[in-house]
Amino acid sequence: MGLTPERGQPPQPQPRKTESESGYRGRVLDLIRSKGVKVGDRVLVTDGRMELAGILMPRSELEDDLHIVVKLPDGYNVGISIESIELQNAQDQEPPQPQPEARVPPPNPALPKVAIISTGGTIASRVDYRTGAVSPALSAADLYLTVPELGEIANIQTEILFSILSENMSSKHWTSIAESVSRQIKAGAQGVVVTHGTDTMGYTAAALSFALRNLPVPVILVGSQRSSDRPSSDAALNLKGAVSAAAYAPFAEVGVLMHATPSDETLVVHRGTRARKMHTSRRDAFRSVNSRPLAVIRDGRVEAHADVDYRPRGAPGDLEVRSHFEEDVVLIKSFPGIQPDIFDPIVHRGFRGIVLEGTGLGHIPDKLFHQVRRAIESGMTVVMASQCINGRVNMNVYSTGRELLTMGVIPAGDMLPETALVKLMWVLGQTEDHGKIRELFTANLAGEISERSEYLGGGSDAE
Amino acid sequence: MQSEPERIGAASSTGGAGGSGAGIKVGIEIHQQLDTRCKLFCGCPTMLSDRKPDYSVVRRLRPTHSEMGEVDRAALFESTRRKRFVYQGHFGSACLVELDEEPPHELNPEAVSVALTAAALMNMKPVDEIHVMRKIVIDGSNTTGFQRTAKVALDGWIALGERRVTVQSLCLEEDAARKVSESEETVAYLLDRLGIPLVEVTTGPDMRSGAEAEQAALAIGRILKATGKVKRGLGAIRQDLNVSVEGGSRVEIKGVQELGMISTAVECEAMRQRRLLGVRDELIRRGVQDPLGSAVKDLTDLLSETGSKVLRKAIDSGGRVMGVLLKGYAGLLKCELQPGRRFGTELSDRAKAKAGVGGIFHTDELPAYGITPEEVSSVERALGALEGDCAVIVAAPEQMCRAALESVLERASEAIRGVPAEVRAANQDGTTRFMRPMPGSARMYPETDVPSIVVTKSRFEEVKRSLPETLESRAERYQKEYGLSRDLALLVVDSPYSAEFESLAREGVADPSFVAATFEYTFKMLRREGVDVDSFDPAEIKQVMLGANSGRIPKEAVPEVFRWLSANRGMGVEDALRALSVGAASAEEVRSKVAAVVERNLGLIQREGDRAKSRLMGDLMREYRGKVDGKLLFSLLEEEISKRIQPT
Ligand SMILES: [Zn+2]
Repeated sequence: MGLTPERGQPPQPQPRKTESESGYRGRVLDLIRSKGVKVGDRVLVTDGRMELAGILMPRSELEDDLHIVVKLPDGYNVGISIESIELQNAQDQEPPQPQPEARVPPPNPALPKVAIISTGGTIASRVDYRTGAVSPALSAADLYLTVPELGEIANIQTEILFSILSENMSSKHWTSIAESVSRQIKAGAQGVVVTHGTDTMGYTAAALSFALRNLPVPVILVGSQRSSDRPSSDAALNLKGAVSAAAYAPFAEVGVLMHATPSDETLVVHRGTRARKMHTSRRDAFRSVNSRPLAVIRDGRVEAHADVDYRPRGAPGDLEVRSHFEEDVVLIKSFPGIQPDIFDPIVHRGFRGIVLEGTGLGHIPDKLFHQVRRAIESGMTVVMASQCINGRVNMNVYSTGRELLTMGVIPAGDMLPETALVKLMWVLGQTEDHGKIRELFTANLAGEISERSEYLGGGSDAE
Repeated sequence: MQSEPERIGAASSTGGAGGSGAGIKVGIEIHQQLDTRCKLFCGCPTMLSDRKPDYSVVRRLRPTHSEMGEVDRAALFESTRRKRFVYQGHFGSACLVELDEEPPHELNPEAVSVALTAAALMNMKPVDEIHVMRKIVIDGSNTTGFQRTAKVALDGWIALGERRVTVQSLCLEEDAARKVSESEETVAYLLDRLGIPLVEVTTGPDMRSGAEAEQAALAIGRILKATGKVKRGLGAIRQDLNVSVEGGSRVEIKGVQELGMISTAVECEAMRQRRLLGVRDELIRRGVQDPLGSAVKDLTDLLSETGSKVLRKAIDSGGRVMGVLLKGYAGLLKCELQPGRRFGTELSDRAKAKAGVGGIFHTDELPAYGITPEEVSSVERALGALEGDCAVIVAAPEQMCRAALESVLERASEAIRGVPAEVRAANQDGTTRFMRPMPGSARMYPETDVPSIVVTKSRFEEVKRSLPETLESRAERYQKEYGLSRDLALLVVDSPYSAEFESLAREGVADPSFVAATFEYTFKMLRREGVDVDSFDPAEIKQVMLGANSGRIPKEAVPEVFRWLSANRGMGVEDALRALSVGAASAEEVRSKVAAVVERNLGLIQREGDRAKSRLMGDLMREYRGKVDGKLLFSLLEEEISKRIQPT
């Protein structure tokens, strides 16, 4: 079926659920095993009160081991207590449901080439209504089948890099995504889309922004806040927007694309170093902080923001990948009453960097000063960002700030604390020279820091 | 609609317009809104709002390929893709959950309790573990594209006279958003109703007539009311019907708004099915070949000069006119199936629903609609029509034309086999129109965001031990304890005033029959006049009852007092009495007035006895009507007379 990914690591196979993986365990697993029943089989359940015929369904691992789940002929699942029931296998030969045929349309020479790299989450998926199982649609063929409009936007290449939840990402994954993006660009992609779970998409976006030097094409990270197995999912619109942005945006930057509002109308591309997930569940969860977004997309048209200076597209040969990240960096949020000795294990274990998420303009309680000084003296790099999220740190206004500067704490300017963390991981992955570290960290490498704080309006509850 | 409908169905052996008779099977599905504190999956109140909405969002829904049949996949996909859904919300009555911007919260435990109580009242067996499902609905009425629904209980029965009607299933589900407007591209919905808990009760196909179905619906409605947690008023209860006649098929009729329409809808559907069987017999008699797969022809060039407005509009906007031939179907398309609805309407409805076209034309009704006889002939020639054939044409964008004509062929083909099983929507007059094919179980999958709920045996035993009084036994009690007539007792238990009646009657505020009559007759009358009866404060009502009981407010003045209170919101009962000069006359004043009248007319009373009494009473009433209670006046009159004249 042409499911083979283009290159990169082989995809995680979607194994058929075995008995023990069906969610059944303990007593109920013993029962279904002893009756020779598997998930998906037709069963007959009798418990003295009534007789039910249906299909044995999988069960969440987190539920008890006292019930079986049966799909009744009208489509409803019900749980039945295994106490005093008769379970019978009533499996008959049933012709398999014909699945729509998935195929890749012939390439359209008039359209640009876009690579879609999947890292997890399911931006597109198919539901098996018999078992309720949701399987991701990751291959080009599957994508064309579920979002056929993609074929009108670009010629799609797909690469299934890995399939993990975004909370499980680490800097090693950033490295492998950066390398995969680079491969696709060298293979001729005129834009790259990276599908990603939304929880840590901002971190990955920042990481790629630093790792992909002299980027020649747009790299668009995209996710969805409503899973693609539901008709109201934001996934298809976001994916179409991401492919449009990758194919046609004038900028060669790393962007994060999501809904601009709760409506399925306007999409927005945030600069990778400025994007932050600001809502747990809304479609427009991502916001640009301390910066305007790169572009909006309306009706499939990419409109770059007029007031934003962006890096224009360049030649594929320009790209340079520097994808090593230092893992031993921590982010510490200051709070009233924070205990100074939390720094002890960090210093003791030999971490290389600390990002302090200070209060206000960049402050921490003075009882931490001794610990901060000790950390810097032991060779660690300590930087200061603000937990206000919006605005810039300024450590010259109050004496506590000035004292921290004197110790060698590096202010993160108007960088997001998370971007400061990723940047410090990257900088420490590039050099060990303290002068160079300070120079790189305070320089604007990927639009993550700016000299000016533009008035961006909004933010008033009185509006 | 010009030509005389053909009466083929009526002529067949099964024919006849009547609905009742052997062979009808009816099942009903009742949807009743619950009056719980919160919605089914969020903390929003279960209240509708009549304010202007505060915000709106625009959405589109994408059915995935697995949700569509194979034939109309492309067309349906296209029409769905083009539709915009606008959702309007009010602060306070919908939250991010209704907007599909936040995952659902846990299944509302209050709603689960009500559902279990209703299940116990209908002798049902609860499931051991309630699982919430997603039922795909892509008309936009749910922001998610599915309705959340859970089966709570199975396999029970209710008594209908001497008979038992099986109750197959009780589900708890979320109500849909309220549609406020619809155009070709946009459907607007209000979010306030979305998520209000509904119980769905499904009976077996046990009813044998429309009237019986109506009785069963009424009985189930009463049982649900007994839980004390159901909404009342327009739209709070809705019923769907399953109807089949012998030799026909199960047809589901959605959205019968009133209980009183059930009988008509059943009869109309039975008529439709019998006449469709007549059409089938005629098709077989004619030896008609299955039209499925007949060639669809592009007729645009033939009709490029047409004066027909509908065709013109389609052609001018880049669309096509296309046609197909139904060999041997001539005359059948105008066969009337239901009042005003013919077999041609069935073909047209199918094309509208499946391909999104505005309608079809066929040669059983042409020439008409600006299509000339010459154009009809050229179309027939192009399609190769012979005597006895019927040509169907449609005008729309090409893809929609093709999908529409394929739907027409599909429906025409089904006619050879009889009555297709399908879902139909009820029209105002009890007739129905095609909505969609009968859905299989495939359109449901688990709602993984909501944990399942275990219903232990002991919990259900507890529910059964504390069942509420049924309306039937409450009516009996009202007769016994409060001396209400059976009619009045039944009215009270069925009405929203049951609880209020009981508390007033128990307190002895006034004669229970008077209290009940005020609620059931006076309030009903006032409501018809447009008085906002529901806004009366219980304390206000009680005060009026007390006044009426003491004679301070004459009973006949009670409606006027309520009218005044409704027209003067914020004012009290005392204000009403002052303004209407009701109860102003003090008892002493009245007594002395009565005494004076008796004094003046002693001679008359002695001469004429009771006749004089009623004449004097008439005089007094003229003066005191609406100010002093008639009974009080009469007893004063008798008292004063007996003081002066010894009864003989
Ligand atoms: Zn809500």
